Amino acid sequence: MPLLSNITKTTALALCLALPFSHAQAEEIWISNEKDDTISVIDVATLEVVRTIETGERPRGITFSHDHKVLYICASDSDAVQVMDPETGKILHDLPSGEDPEQFVLHPDNRHLYIANEDDAITTVVDVETRKVVAQIDVGIEPEGMAVSPDGKYAITTSETTNMTHWIDTETQELVANTLVDSRPRHAEFAAGGSELWVSAEIGGTLSVFDVESKAEKAKIEFEVQGVHPDRVQPVGFEFTGDEKTAFVALGPSNHVAVVNAETFEVEEYILVGRRVWHMAFNTDKSLLFTTNGVSGDVTVIDVAERAAVKTIKVGRFPWGAALRP
Amino acid sequence: MKPYFIALQAIVTREALRFIQQRGRFIAALVRPLVWLFVFAAGFRAALGLSITPPYQTYIQYETYIVPGLCGMIMLFNGMQSSLSLVYDREMGSMRLLLTAPLPRWWLLFCRLLGSTIISIAQVYTFLLIADLYGLRWPTLGYLTVLPALILTGLMLGALGLALSSFIKQLENFAGVMNFVIFPMFFLSSALYPLWKMAESSELLHDICAVNPFTHGVELIRFALHQQINLQSTLWVLLATLCFGALAIWGYDPARGMKRPRG
Repeated sequence: MPLLSNITKTTALALCLALPFSHAQAEEIWISNEKDDTISVIDVATLEVVRTIETGERPRGITFSHDHKVLYICASDSDAVQVMDPETGKILHDLPSGEDPEQFVLHPDNRHLYIANEDDAITTVVDVETRKVVAQIDVGIEPEGMAVSPDGKYAITTSETTNMTHWIDTETQELVANTLVDSRPRHAEFAAGGSELWVSAEIGGTLSVFDVESKAEKAKIEFEVQGVHPDRVQPVGFEFTGDEKTAFVALGPSNHVAVVNAETFEVEEYILVGRRVWHMAFNTDKSLLFTTNGVSGDVTVIDVAERAAVKTIKVGRFPWGAALRP
Repeated sequence: MKPYFIALQAIVTREALRFIQQRGRFIAALVRPLVWLFVFAAGFRAALGLSITPPYQTYIQYETYIVPGLCGMIMLFNGMQSSLSLVYDREMGSMRLLLTAPLPRWWLLFCRLLGSTIISIAQVYTFLLIADLYGLRWPTLGYLTVLPALILTGLMLGALGLALSSFIKQLENFAGVMNFVIFPMFFLSSALYPLWKMAESSELLHDICAVNPFTHGVELIRFALHQQINLQSTLWVLLATLCFGALAIWGYDPARGMKRPRG
């Protein structure tokens, strides 16, 4: 019922605007701007940019420590992972990251950072407390996508040119398996309580779902956006809703985000966002999703329940990564 | 005041009855914008990229952009249709009978205007309902806040039709209205393309569009659907309504000897 759904939407938005005032610390979404060497901070309550912070050169992947006390930034052209105090916006120190760090993932132990070094074809493991490299693991050419299983047993690297998913045993820091995926895998995430691994293939235009136990492919999701040439439908970043029943998949230059049923693996809807959408982050209760639209230099806010874009916010040039600061 | 309301009721009821009896007219009034929506807009969906301009807060599909323009189109055609029926009424003599009523002429013309506006609004809401079923939705309150905008735009376009009808001598001349009023008004407006897009191709075209009262009617509807008021467009539409209304009253002034069909 459209009328009812509209009422729900209005109520949800009103709540979104009203709720944050009851918190001492406003919820924020941090966005890295690849071309501006900055981070734009969006206030979730007002949906406006409230701060712009300078970083190292070409910031791409960003993630907060599990206690949200520091922010890790892949400053790719500075060849460093920078550690920032989110309160002051000051860089505290750099971590030895290896060359051209693009994406990373923080282990559930809140201590080991797994970094993809795009130019060196290695995954670097850094201890964020001792600030030392623990291991460097040879992977395929142009590693990019990084994920870690919820139990911390596996770390995943996807290599863009080799078209492989590399499974790293976090105990031994060694490769234990390699699985083929479609062309140019960009992003990986564990799902279904850690029993599935999802990997997006940008050029292949697909999303592969692996069974973690057997490491065999159990499904492949394809996309088709009305009125958009198939070559422009390029899945990159994706995120799951709280119940892990729905995935939102950024489809790059098709300028759409796909809504995928994570149980049936069927695409249910496409949402129009800005140009060349790559990554995304949810707010705390996962009612809003923020997508980074590189070419149009903005962030589109999606109402998750309504599956509709509600606002697009101008940020810096070429926004890339997104992270939530509750 | 009672005779005024009797006249109002009678004229509006007559307009409504005439509309209900002409089912073909109702269907045609809906088919026209629906063809634009389902065929034209769907075809141009990917070809036309729209940037974010008020009242929109995010990127929209072309179908979403075009709907307020098509609401305006319904009202424009209805206003002209009403002018056509006035010419017909005059040829048949019923207009002369109406104008002999012992009430001010402006009131009789206003009743007629109101009748045609109510018909227009019913058509627009039916169109919005079909658009909703197609997946093109607006905030719930928007369907209510658009009503004053529809009334104002309907009155403006109805007044234009009324003014034109006072100058059209014969029914056959209506084709001229199509060519010289409806098409230029519709195409030289923000109904199909945003004004900034028009400015990219020609500043002159942009300026013509910017002074076209129909543009402001469409923008009034567009903003009202998003529960916003576009002040500039509101004033522009009010001014145009007054001018067209005054022209109609002058056109139907008996002292001028209301133009009679010759022959």
